[in-house]
Amino acid sequence: MTNATQRDLFPGALEMMILRTLKRQPLHGYALAQHIKRISDDLLQIEEGSLYPALQRLLKQELVKAEWGTSSTNRRVRIYRLTAAGAKHLQREVSSFERMLEGITRVLAPGES
Amino acid sequence: MSWFTQLLSRPRLYRELSEEIQGHLDEKVEELVAAGMSKEEAKQAALREFGNISLFVEKSRDVWSWLPVEDFFSDIRYGLRTLSHNPVFTVVALLTIAIGIAANAAVFTVVNSVLLRPLHYPHAEQLVALHQVAPGAEGLTDFENGLLLSPSMYFTYAEHNRTFQSLGVWMTGTANVTGLAEPEQIRTVGVSDGLLQAFSVPPALGRWLLQTDQVPRGPERVMLSYGYWHRRFGGSQTVVGRNLMLDSRPREIVGVMPQGFQFVDADFDVIEPLAFDRGKLILAGFGYHGIARLKPSATIQDANADIARMLPIWMDSWSNGPGTNPHIYESWKITPMVRPLKQEVIGNVGELLWVVMGTIGVVMLIACANVTNLLLVRIEVRQQELAVRAALGAGSARIVRGLLVESVMLGLMGGAVGIGLAYAGVRLLVAMGPSSLPRLGEISLDARTLAFTFVLSVLSSVMFGLVPALKYARPWSGSALRSEGRTASASRERHRARNLLIVGQVAMALVLLVSAGLMIRTFEALRTVDPGFADPQHLQLVRISIPDSLVTEPERVTRIQNEIIDKLVAIPGVKSAGFVSEMPMEGFDSDWDEIFAEGKVYADNTIAPLRLYKYISPGFLQTAGTRLLAGREMTWSEIYGLQPVAMVSENLAREMWGTPSAAIGKRLREFPKMPWHEVIGVIQDVREKGVQETAPEIVYWPPLMENLFGPGPAQATRTVTFAIRSGRTGTESFLNEVHGAVWSVNSNLPLASVRTMRDVYDKSVARTSFTLVMLGIAAAMALALGIIGIYGVTSYTVSQRQREIGIRLALGAQRGHVLRMVLQQGMKLALVGVAIGIAGGLGLTRLMTHLLFGVTAHDPVTFAVVSALVISVAVLASYIPGRRATLVNPVVALRYE
Repeated sequence: MTNATQRDLFPGALEMMILRTLKRQPLHGYALAQHIKRISDDLLQIEEGSLYPALQRLLKQELVKAEWGTSSTNRRVRIYRLTAAGAKHLQREVSSFERMLEGITRVLAPGES
Repeated sequence: MSWFTQLLSRPRLYRELSEEIQGHLDEKVEELVAAGMSKEEAKQAALREFGNISLFVEKSRDVWSWLPVEDFFSDIRYGLRTLSHNPVFTVVALLTIAIGIAANAAVFTVVNSVLLRPLHYPHAEQLVALHQVAPGAEGLTDFENGLLLSPSMYFTYAEHNRTFQSLGVWMTGTANVTGLAEPEQIRTVGVSDGLLQAFSVPPALGRWLLQTDQVPRGPERVMLSYGYWHRRFGGSQTVVGRNLMLDSRPREIVGVMPQGFQFVDADFDVIEPLAFDRGKLILAGFGYHGIARLKPSATIQDANADIARMLPIWMDSWSNGPGTNPHIYESWKITPMVRPLKQEVIGNVGELLWVVMGTIGVVMLIACANVTNLLLVRIEVRQQELAVRAALGAGSARIVRGLLVESVMLGLMGGAVGIGLAYAGVRLLVAMGPSSLPRLGEISLDARTLAFTFVLSVLSSVMFGLVPALKYARPWSGSALRSEGRTASASRERHRARNLLIVGQVAMALVLLVSAGLMIRTFEALRTVDPGFADPQHLQLVRISIPDSLVTEPERVTRIQNEIIDKLVAIPGVKSAGFVSEMPMEGFDSDWDEIFAEGKVYADNTIAPLRLYKYISPGFLQTAGTRLLAGREMTWSEIYGLQPVAMVSENLAREMWGTPSAAIGKRLREFPKMPWHEVIGVIQDVREKGVQETAPEIVYWPPLMENLFGPGPAQATRTVTFAIRSGRTGTESFLNEVHGAVWSVNSNLPLASVRTMRDVYDKSVARTSFTLVMLGIAAAMALALGIIGIYGVTSYTVSQRQREIGIRLALGAQRGHVLRMVLQQGMKLALVGVAIGIAGGLGLTRLMTHLLFGVTAHDPVTFAVVSALVISVAVLASYIPGRRATLVNPVVALRYE
């Protein structure tokens, strides 16, 4: 699991992914973790547990809200939902992330230098 | 969510988090089992995938916590735990701080109540005392009162000023009340129009005395004080409109002043109108205190300029009678020196209180130094614990903060105990009631005192906490974790801080002891001064006033007084008795006038120097123990015969005629119409205004004299103090017999100011004795703390050097040598401290020059004695640990390893 090339996510990356995922549909913690892992094709090394501090941060900033409900497998779970502020935040974060990515890509692109 | 509701809902948040994480793991396991894994394997895998659970839980929780505060609370919890684990240290440190803070809070309470708080009048900052001086008038300027106002001055100022809202004059007096119960002598204040308006304190009942009440020979009206209203009328609401028999004349009560109202610092029972008869006023009659309320825009300078402008108007508008030159007062150089009323009330007590505050502050510094030392010692003991905390990841900032929090807690707890002690102390102080302290009744703890105590607690905790904390903020060598810190011999560097503190303590204690010593010397010097009377303990005083409404005929008044003396002398145990218009140091307003000597030429446009004059009965000198230097006393037959005789004080005799004996047979008088009076006796100088003041020149007149102004042949002194010499003074039975003797002559005569001369004397030196007591307490505390400091440091050093001493002893060192070594160390610190203390003391004691008498601020005897005392105390304080050092068993000391 751990290898030399593993790299930490930059701060805020996990939150961004959580918000993006919740934008599609409200999910509980476990489902959220499985979804992110599946979509990212295990390219990102994310410990499932690290989701929870991130979720707490989002809760505190009121970017998501949580409600106890029942999952598809009939468990009592806490389901997270994007708030309006969360949607706005996501939009801002994504566009700023894309600009950053573009910048980095340009610098890294061969032939331009 | 606000942080507060977060704080409250946190347990729920944590519970939900745990439940959620547990659910997550369960779901994962379930899924993996469904995919064919064994339950055990699935659990393992789920945990692996999840990561470090406790870390994530903690991180999740951290999101909700407010870190600085949480850390702070944990620091406090930790601090409390360490403090409670070391009860001896905690109690000693706490007591030291508490006593220091208590002393400071108590003195600050006094300073705050007396000096800082405004007077109890509306807009008290606008109130001023119309103080003025007359440097050109001889005999007047010695005294603090300066030149009081005359009634004509009052009218001039009241009518022509441009800077005052209102202005008035007042004068204290006494009156006899009859018709209520026993005849009673009460304290009165006579007020002019404008005075109550200036104070602006509304009456509690009824109305003020107004201009319409100031009509001479008009209807007589009075106001009551709150205290008298309650004492005599039970606080009855219907008192307004009733009559009070004052000096046998009915006066209508028109109002009551509220509780706590005072005329500057004078308590009173009844206010009566002065009711000046404007048509009969002359320039002179300087006997009234002036008070005014400034216009909001006016300053003290404006007021001074305004009065200076009005003085010529005053001299132009009035005269001293036909044939006198009103501008003669120009030679007096009357100068207005208007000052805030508060300054008038406080007088010269301000300087004294600041000196006391300063010395108590020094005691606090010494206490802080002691606690610093305690903390330094303790922190060395705790070195290992701190090293462990550092090794476990506590940053040095966190450790320093922890230590500071600990000392601030000590400081605050000490402050809390201290304020309780201060409260008790202030109560005690007020009960002791140094009567020279103005505004004594107003002394109380208030918000400002609490704030001061709080700030002092925090400041002093930082002061004693910072040094030990910073000492351990340095990078950790790791050596502390090993145990060598415990047994190493004392290194120079480690003791430097402690030694410096000891030196400082000794120096400060020395300064305080020297101040106290100087006060003791002052007190001694005062006691050797011959005040002009003897054995005050056995001199009983009573003041009796015979108003003309009771006895009209002047000669009859004197005969009654004579009869009272005869009755008093007949009391068993009484050696002699006599009377005088006022006893020395009694503090009644004195009478002054120009005194002319026969044959002496006074230049035009000048006035003869002002002299104090008194009236005296035969037998008084013998009773008071005042020596007659030349000539003889007057006799009763001379008095009844209105013979023009007089006596003078020694200094007046010397000034006018060279020697006391040369004065006998010479003649003097007050004013041209008065017949020349022959000097028949010369009396020793008497310290009229207190032991510390020089004796004034005095003329003694007979109590019954020819009446030169009003109707009738003679004029009597109606209010006098009787002095009774007896071994039985102060006893209940004696006082009853005195009352009986007086009432057997006339049962309508109240006895006032019943006290011994000793009380009067003590009151006059109260300022000095108050300073002495306060400085004495401060110095004693400083010395005690200094001893504890030296003792503590020496015994700690000895315990640290046990191994070294053991080796020395094992190698054959003499026990005496070891003792000397330890003593030398204490001695060295004491000597350096004494040297610094002497240097500082020479500079600082100069500040208290005004409090001293008969001794200089650099008195070598005091400095020498105090230095010797401090050094011997230091030797004693290090002797005990030194002695213990010599008892060290070398084998045990070495096996300590």
